[in-house]
Amino acid sequence: MEVAEVEAEVEKKATATRSRLIVRLAALLVSHSTLVSVVCCLAGLIALLVLPLLAKNTYISENALLPGSANPVLSYQHVTQANNLIMDIMSIADVKEAPDIEIPKLIAKYMEILGAETYHHKFSQPQNQFHPLYFFSSSPNSPPTLANLSYGTSTVGIIRAPRGDGKEAIVLVSPYNTQNAGGIDASASASSIGLAFSVFSLLSRATWLAKDIIWVASDSRFGDHTSVSAWLNDYHNPNFIGDASSNRIFKRAGTMACGIVFKVVEKERREKYEDRDVVTMYAEASNGQMPNLDLLNVVHYLAVHRQGIRVRIGMFGGLVKSHLVRVLGEVMQQVGRFARSLNPDWRFEMPSSEYVEGTATLASSIYSQALGVPTGPHGAFRDYQVDAVTLELSPRFSLKNEHTRLAFLLKGGRLIEGTVRSVNNLLEKFHQSFFLYFLTAPNKFVSVGVYMIPFAFLVAPLPIIAASLFNLTSNRNPWRWLHTAKPLLITHTWSVVVTLLPFYISKISDLPSTHCMLTWAGGSLMALVILYIVFGSPYSKHVEWRLLKAVMIASVSIGLCLMSIINFATAQIGALFVVPMCLFALPIRVKTNNSLIRSMVMTCNLVMAVLGFPVTAVALMQGVIKGFGTVSILEFWDSMKFLWGWNSATYLYLVLVHLPCWLLFLHILFHPCH
Amino acid sequence: MASHTFLSLLLFYLYSFHLLRPIYCSFGSNGFETTSVPKEEEFSEELLLKPLPDYKVLAHFHFTSTSPPSSSNGKHHHLFPKSIAQLVKKYKIRELELSFTQGRWNYDRWGASDPLSTANGKPPGVELWALFDIPTKEEIDATWRNLTHSLSGLFCASINFLESSTSYSAPLWGFLPNNGDLRYGALPREAVCTENLTPWLKLLPCRDKAGIASLLDRPSIYRGHYHSQRLKLRSDGLNGIVIEQTLSVVLQPIDRTSWSMHQLFKKSLTGKCALAKSSKVFLEIEGTLVSQNENILELVGEADMVTNDQRDHSTIYQYNVERYSEHEALDIRVNWKKLLQVSFLQAPLHASRFLMGSGNERGSIAISLQSARNSTKGLYDNSKNCFTRVVIFQVVPWYVKVYYHTLRIYVDGAIRDAKDVVEKINVAPSEDKVSPGTLEMMLQFPCGMMSAALTLDFDKGFLHIDEYPPDANQGFDIPSALVSFPDFISRRIYPDSISSPLLQSYKGRNIVKSYTEVLLVPLTTPDFSMPYNVITFTCTVLALYFGSMVNVLRRRVSEEERLAKSKDKRKPGLIPLLISKISNKVRGIKEDSANQSQSSQPILGPKVVFKVVLIALIAVLGHYIFNSS
Repeated sequence: MEVAEVEAEVEKKATATRSRLIVRLAALLVSHSTLVSVVCCLAGLIALLVLPLLAKNTYISENALLPGSANPVLSYQHVTQANNLIMDIMSIADVKEAPDIEIPKLIAKYMEILGAETYHHKFSQPQNQFHPLYFFSSSPNSPPTLANLSYGTSTVGIIRAPRGDGKEAIVLVSPYNTQNAGGIDASASASSIGLAFSVFSLLSRATWLAKDIIWVASDSRFGDHTSVSAWLNDYHNPNFIGDASSNRIFKRAGTMACGIVFKVVEKERREKYEDRDVVTMYAEASNGQMPNLDLLNVVHYLAVHRQGIRVRIGMFGGLVKSHLVRVLGEVMQQVGRFARSLNPDWRFEMPSSEYVEGTATLASSIYSQALGVPTGPHGAFRDYQVDAVTLELSPRFSLKNEHTRLAFLLKGGRLIEGTVRSVNNLLEKFHQSFFLYFLTAPNKFVSVGVYMIPFAFLVAPLPIIAASLFNLTSNRNPWRWLHTAKPLLITHTWSVVVTLLPFYISKISDLPSTHCMLTWAGGSLMALVILYIVFGSPYSKHVEWRLLKAVMIASVSIGLCLMSIINFATAQIGALFVVPMCLFALPIRVKTNNSLIRSMVMTCNLVMAVLGFPVTAVALMQGVIKGFGTVSILEFWDSMKFLWGWNSATYLYLVLVHLPCWLLFLHILFHPCH
Repeated sequence: MASHTFLSLLLFYLYSFHLLRPIYCSFGSNGFETTSVPKEEEFSEELLLKPLPDYKVLAHFHFTSTSPPSSSNGKHHHLFPKSIAQLVKKYKIRELELSFTQGRWNYDRWGASDPLSTANGKPPGVELWALFDIPTKEEIDATWRNLTHSLSGLFCASINFLESSTSYSAPLWGFLPNNGDLRYGALPREAVCTENLTPWLKLLPCRDKAGIASLLDRPSIYRGHYHSQRLKLRSDGLNGIVIEQTLSVVLQPIDRTSWSMHQLFKKSLTGKCALAKSSKVFLEIEGTLVSQNENILELVGEADMVTNDQRDHSTIYQYNVERYSEHEALDIRVNWKKLLQVSFLQAPLHASRFLMGSGNERGSIAISLQSARNSTKGLYDNSKNCFTRVVIFQVVPWYVKVYYHTLRIYVDGAIRDAKDVVEKINVAPSEDKVSPGTLEMMLQFPCGMMSAALTLDFDKGFLHIDEYPPDANQGFDIPSALVSFPDFISRRIYPDSISSPLLQSYKGRNIVKSYTEVLLVPLTTPDFSMPYNVITFTCTVLALYFGSMVNVLRRRVSEEERLAKSKDKRKPGLIPLLISKISNKVRGIKEDSANQSQSSQPILGPKVVFKVVLIALIAVLGHYIFNSS
């Protein structure tokens, strides 16, 4: 309607001498649409590349957290007790036949000595089934059936705050793998239990606790996430029906204030010499949700300024070595230096190495959010609106040595103690508005107000182009776009069919993924053909290619804007693919005057037709991120399965927004142009 | 004539009995009725110490003051606190109980079915209930409001928040059987501190200057794991006014294996309050601690009297405080010879309450009842029928909109029809911003049941903007529910040789009951920095929308065209003329050709752009040169 209005105004302009300013501005924009779109797209790209420069230092916005205000009291006594537990676990793993039964018992015994309430939580592996209608629902897990023989046992201990009212709880999670108890990283796995125990034993004597403490020693035989998610599901949505529920003891401790997942990982000796213990923070939960930035800040502050532990976050190592990024870094440095010489107040100069690292981290941050898959067990907490973070601690020296292990446990334990203490201080929920952000370094973030700019620049030209295309058509009927609505409708119906197909494919067969992929592709093609037979060809007489393009752009911009609300990072990356496709689309048979420009546009179009196909687009993204050696197109099925296994909305975006856009792009490309 | 008098007397007697019936049913049994009518005001002080299985110590202070029905001195009192007497007189209170509690009574470990824990277990925060001797409901409500304000002033607490009709309820039988003259309110968030203790101590004749109350060292008692300070009063024409002031603290001795009174309280007990009629210290050793092995505990110090309970073999050691002086302070010392894990008498069912679901929209309240199988042997009164009755009393604030029809009851893992299980139910649904929802429910479970669960769905309501706390909040509280077991009576009968108001109260038929956890409901919390942004955005959008809408609606296109045509003929206005002249001069275009060029040239002609870029370049270069020099 708006387009029609603008068009009507333009018509009127020919007759009337003067019209309103806003209309004239709009008309101006529309008449210079090519220039505007080129400028906007370039500005969007530049703004995206400049994001690392615009990152701000993090700060703790909630005063009540008071990180590091109290001296840590975790002592060697606690750590030595924890060490005994570690030794016991290791000996069980070596000697006993069934470590998956003995280890939970042992942990429960140690918990009870501290005076904690304990119980075991049994869970089985959830059926990884595709439920197209369960997206965004908070409880994807079906009620667990303990019928299968294989189940995991998590041990849970609760410390009641001595004078607390039991309304809130802080959850500590330490995953360990009983199946691999005698394996290579057994000492690291046992150390995470030991670390948790040392903190737990301290907290069981703490008089300052205001919130209850729950320690979940989760059995990670089906993955870290499964056990935590199963426990959280039982915590929030218990199943009262069935025999299992009547015998099962499940104790609770109020609303969860925060979850801290930590595990010790002993990495192989890297070529790079580590001079400190390292803690890696993982924060991305499903569909790009992030915990409150304050939680990360507290961990970072305590680790760096109190315990002297180096903090890392996810980063794409490949990008650090990339020449392109390095050159960009140099350019940014020069530009920054120049700007500073113009005006000393413009301080956005940044050393190129820092820029390169910032870009690699930012890319990882955007990619993890865009994928919509949690990067650790903390993701399960976010499904229940609980802020949580996963800390992966890796020691500087080997954990085999007892002295270094004790020192490491002391450091790590004090970090967790400090974090618990900070959260315990909190009188309110985490409420400061830092939920939408990208990280460019452990202590630098790009806030939502800044990172929206590139996206806004990328999306802004779309309506303008659509309006100008609408004006350029020969037909003067204001309702002429209705004819093109048919191909649009067909395409979107088809995309819905494509979305739902995997549900039936995964249901009917145990095919290998290649076969599934082929079935999916075949089914989709057949659906498309059937739709065309039923509704007729998209190239009817009234369908002008300009109109088709205008309508495609309109639908894409709606899709992108909707996705930006659900998962901004996905929309951001998607816009990089889709917006050029929308702008460049031109039929092969169209006649233009300038053959050079035409041939360039055609080349671009053909390249985009290949790269824009969701399968290749996903492969391209993964290639850029992980290196091209490992990527194969046939893995698409697996990666999609991965996405819907985690209820990621990225799957919906790919099939419901990106795929129709690509199909319409093809339609335009092969438009007969009568 | 004589027969008339006799009949009227009989009627009067029956009538008075009828009036007092509810009291007899419930509290008439608390040991008050056995005391003979006192002639004058009396005060007695007692302390009961009890080692708990997790090596903590329960210290239970118990002060009783009585005032005869008609004071011989008129409105004057010797020992009895005047403020309380005035309170009772003014508000016509029949019974009242006020408790300030911090921490949670651990029903699992500290016992749930002995009289001491039944009396001690109180919900966190403030709980107040009162029975009035007033006929009409409206008057009771008005009196309750005044009472909350008086108590609020008397105890330096925000009890006045119970004044609002959204915060108190009038249960009929779930809390205590009554004729609608009971009011009950709870403030789970109220913090308890010394400022509440000081006015409470002022009610004692010796305050904390002498006697047992002198043990109340503030740092020691507030360091405890549980702290419950109560005032309970009862008045009627027969006995006058009786107030019981109790303070229960659970303390953690520094040395787990041995403790003494001096270590616990950091003070010594050097003598009784001179005004007290009796002053005694008891040490109670639970049967389970003794019967297994006689030598688990070792007592240091000579007791004046040792008696056993007739059933549970709990042993009471009595110490008379008057025997001790400053030279020889009373210091009871207990040594644990052996560390072991035992638990005290459990309630027949262990109740816990929790919230289900997540998110800001809806959720469910669940009450789960787990059978404590091994403990039922210690309970009696159970052999009559094979049904366990459970009474649940729950008050839910209005912003948690409970749908009572969604009540689902699961027994041993199978859903049961509510008709089969619910014996009696009384629901007062909440009314928005007027009254809270009250649920009283009597359930009947088979004896062999292992577990049961009840769920009730609710929607979270929206508060008005000024009902939110000023800052972003933690969430809102649902006060503790009360789960009581009318078939189970907790009582202990000691030989009559001990005359003690504290132990007398054990004799009564107290129903076993336990309070559940307070729940925290996170409601949708507006970010209060947002309204400004939202208002600005919304107003802009609305203004744009209405502006263009009105514009479109009132516009006549044909008329405008006609106007525009006629305007062309007329001379333009002064200011546009000036502007056009100036712009023409700037551009250097002659006046007559201006009209043509205006219509053909776009606003951003290449010349203008070039000029702007040129000027900007000159400015930047100038700045650069200026700065570098």
